[in-house]
Amino acid sequence: MYSPEPILEMRGISKTFPGVKALNDVQLTIYPGEIHALMGENGAGKSTLMKVLSGAYQADPGGEIRIDGEPVVIDGPLAAKACGIAIIYQELALAPNLTVAENIHLGMEIGRRGMIDRQAMAEGCGEILKRLGATFGPRTLVADLSIAERQLVEIARAVHARSRILVMDEPTTALSSRETDRLFALVRQLRAEGLAIIYISHRMAEVYELSDRVSVLRDGTYVGTLGRDEIRPETIVRMMVGRDLSSFYKKDHVPGVRNAPVLEVRNVGDGARVRGCSFTLHAGEVLGLAGLVGAGRTELARLVYGADTRTSGEIVIAGKPADIRRPQDAIDAGLVYLTEDRKAQGVFLDMTVAENLNLGVIGRDARAGILNRGKGRWRAARAIKSLTIRVASPDVTVGSLSGGNQQKVLLSRLLETEPKVLILDEPTRGVDIGAKSEIYRIIDQLAKTGVGILVISSELPEIVGIADRVLVMREGEIAGEVGGETGYAITQENIIALATGVDRSLMAAE
Amino acid sequence: MSAAEEAALATHRRIMLQGLLRTVGMLPVLVILCILIHVLTLYVTGEGRFLTAQNLSIVAQQAAINTVLAAGMTFVILTGGIDLSVGSILAASAMVAVIASQDFGVLGVPAAMATGLFFGLLNGALIAFVRLPPFIVTLGSLTAVRGVARLLGNDTTVFNPELPFAFIGNGSLVIIPGVLSIPWLAVIAIAVILASWFILRRTVLGVHIYAVGGNADAARLSGIKVWAVLLFVYAVSGLLAGLGGAMSAARLYAANGLQLGQSYELDAIAAVILGGTSFVGGIGSIWGTLIGALIIAVLSNGLILLGVSDIWQFIIKGLVIIGAVALDRFRLQGSART
Repeated sequence: MYSPEPILEMRGISKTFPGVKALNDVQLTIYPGEIHALMGENGAGKSTLMKVLSGAYQADPGGEIRIDGEPVVIDGPLAAKACGIAIIYQELALAPNLTVAENIHLGMEIGRRGMIDRQAMAEGCGEILKRLGATFGPRTLVADLSIAERQLVEIARAVHARSRILVMDEPTTALSSRETDRLFALVRQLRAEGLAIIYISHRMAEVYELSDRVSVLRDGTYVGTLGRDEIRPETIVRMMVGRDLSSFYKKDHVPGVRNAPVLEVRNVGDGARVRGCSFTLHAGEVLGLAGLVGAGRTELARLVYGADTRTSGEIVIAGKPADIRRPQDAIDAGLVYLTEDRKAQGVFLDMTVAENLNLGVIGRDARAGILNRGKGRWRAARAIKSLTIRVASPDVTVGSLSGGNQQKVLLSRLLETEPKVLILDEPTRGVDIGAKSEIYRIIDQLAKTGVGILVISSELPEIVGIADRVLVMREGEIAGEVGGETGYAITQENIIALATGVDRSLMAAE
Repeated sequence: MSAAEEAALATHRRIMLQGLLRTVGMLPVLVILCILIHVLTLYVTGEGRFLTAQNLSIVAQQAAINTVLAAGMTFVILTGGIDLSVGSILAASAMVAVIASQDFGVLGVPAAMATGLFFGLLNGALIAFVRLPPFIVTLGSLTAVRGVARLLGNDTTVFNPELPFAFIGNGSLVIIPGVLSIPWLAVIAIAVILASWFILRRTVLGVHIYAVGGNADAARLSGIKVWAVLLFVYAVSGLLAGLGGAMSAARLYAANGLQLGQSYELDAIAAVILGGTSFVGGIGSIWGTLIGALIIAVLSNGLILLGVSDIWQFIIKGLVIIGAVALDRFRLQGSART
């Protein structure tokens, strides 16, 4: 199917960030005329590897990239382009205010003495657009195109730049099934023209249908590559997971006092990214919410919290219907939400630890709107002690703390309101291993005191380690549940099976 | 003492020092400026004319109205916004103050403040509810309210030689007879600064103002009524511009819708920025604003004392503002964002 000479070889690629080894001695070999799927859990290193390939990141010294057998140095996007590498990101990189032709020529405009030649540009790419099956012309404004059509513009740009290696990062996330079919046909056409396509996807069915070979990464290391005849969902899942649970998930609480629901979510949706989600969370239960990036977990949590507008469904908290329209309503009803984006939406970096800690309760503690500073200091001292937040003083700004300590400050702010329901969105993202295990301990202790906790996490070992029961979302809906009374065991394999839509018969029982 | 404790103590000291620097802010610049101008007057005119009781009283009087406007501006800028309309609101409020005083006497003062509050609420409502950008909204009201101010007096200057609250603009609060008295304008400015400090530092609302300026998304997610905070800060800015209008009218016994308060918003913004308040919001203090307003007043007064021409006053003032902020950035490199 493909010629024996690889077009791209990456060998011994490592990438170290401060404190994290994102890639460790990774290899990847791509042949012209193949569709090569790159798979791995969230955080396995796929994006980092592609950023190394595109010149966005510099790999650690010692690795090697060869194009057509020749070693190359890719030290920036321009170098990548010169090597014939084009990347189509999930967030498309087009200027919507310009025309299709202008976008395709971006950075390589045709013109004379500073005057742009629109005619030549339109002619230059009209033919490519036609060949790719575009139904729009080169003079169309990108803003007027659908996501699928914009993707086609990106592909046309890559073809126009004579790219030979095309990386597509989750290209079908925002496409309908008809658009997906059309995209697949196009990808196959490009393969027939001799391009090499690196296809990143979480969707097992797509990978199975489309790819010639599959390479799998896990925890920043290369696991292996499967040939066309070896591609089987269960094999890929095993390669993606395959590791021991660390011992630091300790459960001290007795899971779920049944028949004591603290949160009932019925048929909640936003009419777009979340549809008809229903579930029940019990007092003292740690309920996991798993799913791939983009499955709608955060969106669902934000709907329940009132951060975004719900178009359907109802929410019952501790037996009482709660009319949640904005976050304040949820907080008043006893439900709080820890955001996944700590810096942008969680902490106040320029405010002190004490101010951050007290922000949720200053209104309650105040008399006639005047701050109760003694109470505030007392709360800060108590929280710093009970959550072992490492700070020199409660008066330092939160921006000066490490990620783990910032997270604990944010968590304390929520806990000071004494919630009945806690929704934690990626509670251990960007925190070190020590703080991680402390956060697990806090979650466990809270469950013990009867708080109902919903934990969203992309780290499967974490979910498996701390949850009593796990809901799995796929494409905006709750695809299934494992643990509890479902009969299915809480395993990474079962969760991945539900998240990617593999046949249920492959799931292991308790 | 263990190494860890020592390190913790060192961190604590560093934080205290940074806090002190931030609080003191531009105070050294103000002090140096005062001394410099005094010495220069001594050199140029043969006598030190700046640091005299009489002149300092004049400086206080000159600084007062800008201080009041800048206090309101501090609230707005702390949320990451801007209020360009304060000069026009001041003019409209001064017109109302004088016109109302002709029939209702001292009620001209509350009438002026109510006028300011009305326009401030209007700004705030457009920003908080319609979600228009503050710059655009207040740029619009800068022009529109100026028109209203001219309309109020049929585009003439309104007088009231019997202005019942004229003492505000020209009298002094006598503390020790014959020794110490403070102009009423300065007393009002100090009261406004103290009240602002109390709101910003001692109330729930104050914390919410800093929170909205520091991170509006996080503020919304943590249940803060962001709209209420925005409405409040523009209302305060308008109210204080109204008070400034009354102060202005009291000083002049008159008001003119066309000329009064022209480009006052720029002096108010300059005072806030000189005071170290971050333009993106969330960082800053009312004391800084007071010092900023004093720097501007001292500079104007000093240049007049030195006989510098009006034209050069503009040029020097502009350069000093840029230079002072540049100096401040340099001094707090890494820790401050202006």
